Amino acid sequence: MHQREQRGSFLLRNVRMFDPVQKVDQTGDILVMDGRVRAFGVVEELPPSVPVIEGNRGLLVPGFVDVHAHFREPGFEYKETIETGSRAAVSGGFTSVCVMANTNPVNDHPGVTREMIRKANEVGLCRIFPIGAVSIGLKGETLSEMVSLSEAGCVAFSDDGLPVRTAKLMRRALEYSIMTGLPVIDHCEDRDLSDGGVMNEGWVSTTLGLKGIPNASEDVVIARDIEVLRLTGGHLHIAHLSTEGGVRLVRQAKKDGLPVTAETCPHYFSLTDECVRHHHTNAKMNPPLRQEADRKAVIEGLADGTIDMIATDHAPHASHEKEREFDQAPFGIIGLETAFSLGYGLVERGDLSLERLICLMSNNPAHHFSLPVGEIRVGGLADFALLDLSRRQTVQNDFFRSKSRNSPFLGSVIGGEVQKTFMDGRLVFDRMQDKEVER
Amino acid sequence: MNLPPPIHALEKKHLLSISDLSVPEIEGIFQTAESFLDLSSRSVRKVPSLRGRIIVNLFYEASTRTRTSFEIAGKRLSADVINITTTQSSVVKGESLLDTVRTIEALGADGIVIRHSSSGVPQWISSQVNCHVINAGDGLREHPTQALLDLFTIQKRKKRLSGLTVAIVGDVLHSRVARSNIAAMQMMGMKVRVVGPPTLIPREAKQWGIDVFHSLRDGLEQVDVIMLLRLQLERQASGFIPSIEEYSRLFGLSPEKLSWAAPDAIVLHPGPVNRGIEIQGEEMFSERSAVLDQVHHGVAVRMAILYLLMAGGRPEEENRAPA
Amino acid sequence: MSPQGGLRVLMDSGQIGRTIRRMAHEILEHNQGTKNLCLVGILQGGAILSQRIGAVIESIEGIAPPMGTLDITLYRDDLAIRAAPPFLRESNIPFSIDDSRIVLVDDVLYTGRTVRCALDFLMDLGRPSSVQLAVLIDRGHRELPIRADIVGKSIPTSRQEKVRVLLEENNESVTLVRMSS
Repeated sequence: MHQREQRGSFLLRNVRMFDPVQKVDQTGDILVMDGRVRAFGVVEELPPSVPVIEGNRGLLVPGFVDVHAHFREPGFEYKETIETGSRAAVSGGFTSVCVMANTNPVNDHPGVTREMIRKANEVGLCRIFPIGAVSIGLKGETLSEMVSLSEAGCVAFSDDGLPVRTAKLMRRALEYSIMTGLPVIDHCEDRDLSDGGVMNEGWVSTTLGLKGIPNASEDVVIARDIEVLRLTGGHLHIAHLSTEGGVRLVRQAKKDGLPVTAETCPHYFSLTDECVRHHHTNAKMNPPLRQEADRKAVIEGLADGTIDMIATDHAPHASHEKEREFDQAPFGIIGLETAFSLGYGLVERGDLSLERLICLMSNNPAHHFSLPVGEIRVGGLADFALLDLSRRQTVQNDFFRSKSRNSPFLGSVIGGEVQKTFMDGRLVFDRMQDKEVER
Repeated sequence: MNLPPPIHALEKKHLLSISDLSVPEIEGIFQTAESFLDLSSRSVRKVPSLRGRIIVNLFYEASTRTRTSFEIAGKRLSADVINITTTQSSVVKGESLLDTVRTIEALGADGIVIRHSSSGVPQWISSQVNCHVINAGDGLREHPTQALLDLFTIQKRKKRLSGLTVAIVGDVLHSRVARSNIAAMQMMGMKVRVVGPPTLIPREAKQWGIDVFHSLRDGLEQVDVIMLLRLQLERQASGFIPSIEEYSRLFGLSPEKLSWAAPDAIVLHPGPVNRGIEIQGEEMFSERSAVLDQVHHGVAVRMAILYLLMAGGRPEEENRAPA
Repeated sequence: MSPQGGLRVLMDSGQIGRTIRRMAHEILEHNQGTKNLCLVGILQGGAILSQRIGAVIESIEGIAPPMGTLDITLYRDDLAIRAAPPFLRESNIPFSIDDSRIVLVDDVLYTGRTVRCALDFLMDLGRPSSVQLAVLIDRGHRELPIRADIVGKSIPTSRQEKVRVLLEENNESVTLVRMSS
């Protein structure tokens, strides 16, 4: 692939610029020069040879930031590559994606980190921030070289896919990570308690005869991590929070002033385990879809600030892996393309304000992961998503840019559409052109 | 002339779950099974109803009883029955279940009888093929033909189903037999209770609308039917029960414990029985045990199901004019 | 299909009674008494007829021959081309048919396919020393090489007609119904 040109310039006309943290909400034009915002509002000077793009009164927000995705490269390129993952990301309005370490080889070595970044630059569609492993080989035994990983470009540490195995390892990880200033992310699950479960434990699992994963499986490890954090300091980030109890624990920890942040994923506030009855293996992920009380608690947590951000846990799997016996199919669903619309569903139903949703998808993840993005301000990086909130569409196979199609939302009607995505001052996704290319 | 009331035809292609059936359909299956019962006393124990049809027993889990029962049922209806078990099929070569099933269909199977350790597999493959699919047990989910033969056996013994109280004893958590039976028994108006240690009863069991007992004495009080479940011995190793001995002492049935139930209570067990664990001293109450009836009735019930599902027009011939 | 052009009564109650008595006599004559004689009615039409014949034999000989019924559904050759499998009725042969002289009884003999089913069924039950066929009405149009040994009445018909036999108490008749297709 050819090296993409760096740092574009353009004038985007006639958009509603919206950044709840910078307190920006105004309609007008925005001028981007060499990848940074030069001016917005009423733009008077128009340097020659700067392309003009018509915004059609769309909503321009800071490009979304996903702190939790699996791009599968290196090692599992048949599921996803950095290139296909990037395409999926920008079509969903994401301009920054943190990619998990459970690749092959595992991202537990600066060499792997650097190679991921090199590949992402070559693709040049969205910013990719690798997450380093907490332990070598995700084995839960030896700490990875966190400082070296951080120097190579990692922005957080996680054994995701697996929990940080022991309280002792979590203690060491949080303590050691203080030197890097980066968060330690935990996939909170007591795998003994999960005991081979494949979906949420409850009435649905009982009637379907599928082994259940109880809420307690998640809650006990959240509680463990919070207590370890009380001991150590550092920055603990709870991945894909899905339970009522987990929301309660994080809320209390924040009240206690602990440095903890949390994310949830669109499926946990959109679906419940009832979905397993119909959607088969595309409704299988870990943590599993929970019950209505959990879904409500997660929404409440998003609204009241307990949950800081929406991440996707984009986890592509090939169809031959998913089209099989439920208990033998892998966990995980893709999420980058549908995340905004599902979040916007909460806005449409009155559960969240639009400001809060943009905070959760752009400003907050950038802020808590110390990424230099997620804002619209003069001098800031020109990463934006241009949205048309009036559009509705049925999710079909061709809606996805990911290499995989494992989404429980196939066939759903969702509202709010990403029209254009800009990264570093360049147009990296345009739904109109994209459709023509697809044809 | 004294004709029995017309039975209800099975207006469906597959038998996947008890909840697929209506009460009249279950009664129709029993009535049809009744006519197949005396077949075993004939000199030629075969009828030609499914001549030329191919039934594949696709068993991904070891099961001598169910497979043999289906095999005999199919053969007595003159179908060609082919057994495929995991050890001899291309499963070991890594062929996916879906490929296996599609291949079997392409080879001309009219019906697939499937047993699989993963819950939901029969439902899933029935959406992928055109032939009949019959669930012979999937994971922890359902074993509808076992439930039907259990109810048929109870009805033969007790002359009724409605109003009877049944205690299902043992590892309900891991039992597809229990799940199918609870559904079928409730449809037929029976009162169901489950008895076992809390580790082997699903937390949500009461949502079935059944009573839960952790004491065998309380659980057996006044019951008309005792259904013992097989205890997989590996449950002890995985920590669901501390020891087989204590389980047997608390939940194994003995002549003395049988006296806690109604005086004419009968005893069922889906087999194979762990003698000395689920049942001790069975010879002392053999006249109350219906275990061999269950085996005998199993063939007739499965014949009835195969006949009612498959003896009609082949799916692609449904629109052909009658001769 | 519906009856059209009316019904034609072929036999009334009196004629039926006389015919059944003659058939009983013929059966006894063929078999030289009731030794090893069994009557097997083919459901549904043959069941009542065989009881009627049996009653006459009992009044003549003083002993009733063993009687049974056969439901030939499971032996039908048209199962696979019917939409749904037909209901089963209970076959009931409460005696061993080995070495017995079986008289198969049916009300109407038409294509012969039903009799073929019944013969196959009987052979699956055992080995009778002989099988004879007694029918009240032989209407022709055989599709298989089968003939009746004892015939109540032979009636030429067309395929568009239907022979309806009623043997209920106080309601006995044989009528020919013309069907419009």
